[in-house]
Amino acid sequence: MTATAPEMRLLIIEDDRESADYLVKAFREVGHIADLASDGDEGLSMADGGDYDVLVVDRMLPKRDGLSVIGTLRDKGNRTPVLILSALGQVDDRIKGLRAGGDDYLPKPYSFAELLARVEVLSRRHGGPAEETTYKVGDLELDRLSHRVARGKDELTLQPREFRLLEYLMKHAGQVVTRTMLLENVWDYHFDPQTNVIDVHISRLRSKIDKGFERPLLHTIRGAGYMIRDGLR
Amino acid sequence: MTAFGKLIRTTAFRLTLVYLFLFALFAASLLGYFAWNTRRLITEQITTTVNGEIAEITDMYRRRGIRLLIAAIGNRALRPGASLYLVTAPNGTALGGNVESLAPGVLGSSGWSETAYRRFGEQDTGDHRALVYVTQLDNGFRLLIGRDLEERRRLFGIVAHAAQWSLLVVIVLGIGGGIFVARRVLRRIDAMTGTTQRIMAGDLSGRLPVGRSGDELDRLAENLNAMLERIEALMVGLKEVSDNIAHDLKTPLTRLRNRAEEALARSGSEADYRAALERTIEESDGLIRTFNALLMIARAESGQARGNMDDFDAAVVVNGIHELYEPLAEDDGMTLHVKSEPVRLHGNRELISQALANLVENAIKYGKPSPVVQPLDAAAAARSREILIEARREGDSVLLSVTDHGPGIPEGDRKHAVERFVRLEASRTLPGSGLGLSLASAVATLHGGELRLGDANPGLVATLVVPALLGASDRLAAQTQDVPQKVA
Repeated sequence: MTATAPEMRLLIIEDDRESADYLVKAFREVGHIADLASDGDEGLSMADGGDYDVLVVDRMLPKRDGLSVIGTLRDKGNRTPVLILSALGQVDDRIKGLRAGGDDYLPKPYSFAELLARVEVLSRRHGGPAEETTYKVGDLELDRLSHRVARGKDELTLQPREFRLLEYLMKHAGQVVTRTMLLENVWDYHFDPQTNVIDVHISRLRSKIDKGFERPLLHTIRGAGYMIRDGLR
Repeated sequence: MTAFGKLIRTTAFRLTLVYLFLFALFAASLLGYFAWNTRRLITEQITTTVNGEIAEITDMYRRRGIRLLIAAIGNRALRPGASLYLVTAPNGTALGGNVESLAPGVLGSSGWSETAYRRFGEQDTGDHRALVYVTQLDNGFRLLIGRDLEERRRLFGIVAHAAQWSLLVVIVLGIGGGIFVARRVLRRIDAMTGTTQRIMAGDLSGRLPVGRSGDELDRLAENLNAMLERIEALMVGLKEVSDNIAHDLKTPLTRLRNRAEEALARSGSEADYRAALERTIEESDGLIRTFNALLMIARAESGQARGNMDDFDAAVVVNGIHELYEPLAEDDGMTLHVKSEPVRLHGNRELISQALANLVENAIKYGKPSPVVQPLDAAAAARSREILIEARREGDSVLLSVTDHGPGIPEGDRKHAVERFVRLEASRTLPGSGLGLSLASAVATLHGGELRLGDANPGLVATLVVPALLGASDRLAAQTQDVPQKVA
């Protein structure tokens, strides 16, 4: 897997040595800089002092609970995006985490592809430009105000949900977007369907925006999710 | 702790001691009041008698002189139970009467006084006391009349005696009763303690003995038994689940391991390894999904998700799920229809959505018409591939149902189908964790409702029945009656 976003500085606060090492190694392999803190206090002081793009925080930490680390940072005015990792994967735990100031929540066990995709999206949000009114990928254009979508000279007709799906993909153009991210952000469901519902929606969207055009824009990233990008893989 | 120590530490025994003290206090004050009143009465009687005699004798003296007075006193003194009499000359010598000696100074003062005395010819030298009245007659004679206080003293003796005995009886009976009551209670408590200890040791089938009197201990025992019933049911459930987990998670884990081993043993190309690893990841994702579903069920069943409930419209949930699954159904050659009316309910929207999603997934997966039954015409064939998602109000309940026209579930199997990991024979070959219906059922139970499986002739109707939000839903229904229904 290759990094799809510019290099990021990450802080991982995780007490389990093995998973922490795995994460640091995996993030470094895809070209990011990852630091490691192994308890809540250390994590808090490192996050406070260092200039990180994203913090990856385990919920249950020695010395200081993950939610308390986030709360303290937020009280100090530190707005660094935080992704919470937790073995408690339930809906209300997620809500609790987000209320405490987390920006995203990923239950364990997770796949690294999922984590990477979410971290990259968070980082982009942190430093990226303000929300634009039009998105453009190659010759595909989406106008968020008039709800118009066009590819080249052709006007495309999309269902409302297809529009929101494309909008989300284009907002994160060039980044991998996973199926669960789509389900959460486009449909607002946080459960895990047993079937490939999202794939079917994507293939419908693809048939509308890519069918009959020479250059495909909507790509499937194996083992991870989807990405909209001008250019070949 | 000794048996006796245990006994006197019981609440019953301690309460008895308190009662005992109170009763003794009560008895003592009763006797005291009685004695005091009797004493007053006796004193009053004595004064009346003595006053009468004084008046009589003074009168006699006035009319007939000292001589006759002395004679009359002599007479009266001889009567049985006579009062005390004494007449003295102005120089202090006794002229008549039955008093031999008095406490000094009694004769000198006039009026009432209490004194020790002795009668003439009395043998015993014991202390007698009397209440006497001394009056001055004309010519310096003095007259004393009094009555013995023995009666009053004897009465006090009786009362004191009675007090002693009654106190003794009260104490003996009280302690005896206390021990009796305490032992009775203690025996039953000991029986309960014994049973609970056996239960704690692991024998969950034990139950507390319940008497027939329906007293507070019986009610306690009944409630504890109900609690034990619940605990036992939970334990059985837990055991069942762990057995099922052991079976249904071990199988894919074994598969996972075998594949990895096989890939390792067979020296293949990089592509082979890659394919094996991808299959491994797929398999573990399936395991994680199963695990998540199990946790979700456990959470719904334990009632933890109750904190996360709000009010929402069931029609929105139904339309949302329809929108999500419609393309999938179409790809599978099925058509998904929705029929909904606005009905408000209070619940966990996420869980209800997931439960409904599971029912729809099941309908898409298993709801295809059985190949054996050939439909007569094209229209019937199309109908048999329809799935209907419906939200409607029925009485105080909201019904969220998914109807397919597949083979359905035989009536005998329906109860069984809801259990965890159960995948009916007919569906064993299709992918799935076998947790979909259990989760839907657990979600319904969490909301105070149930999952009903019925016959769609042919096919399956799976219905989530949850209580409607009363009041608000009626208002909403009234408001939106004229609004054209949205059919997605």
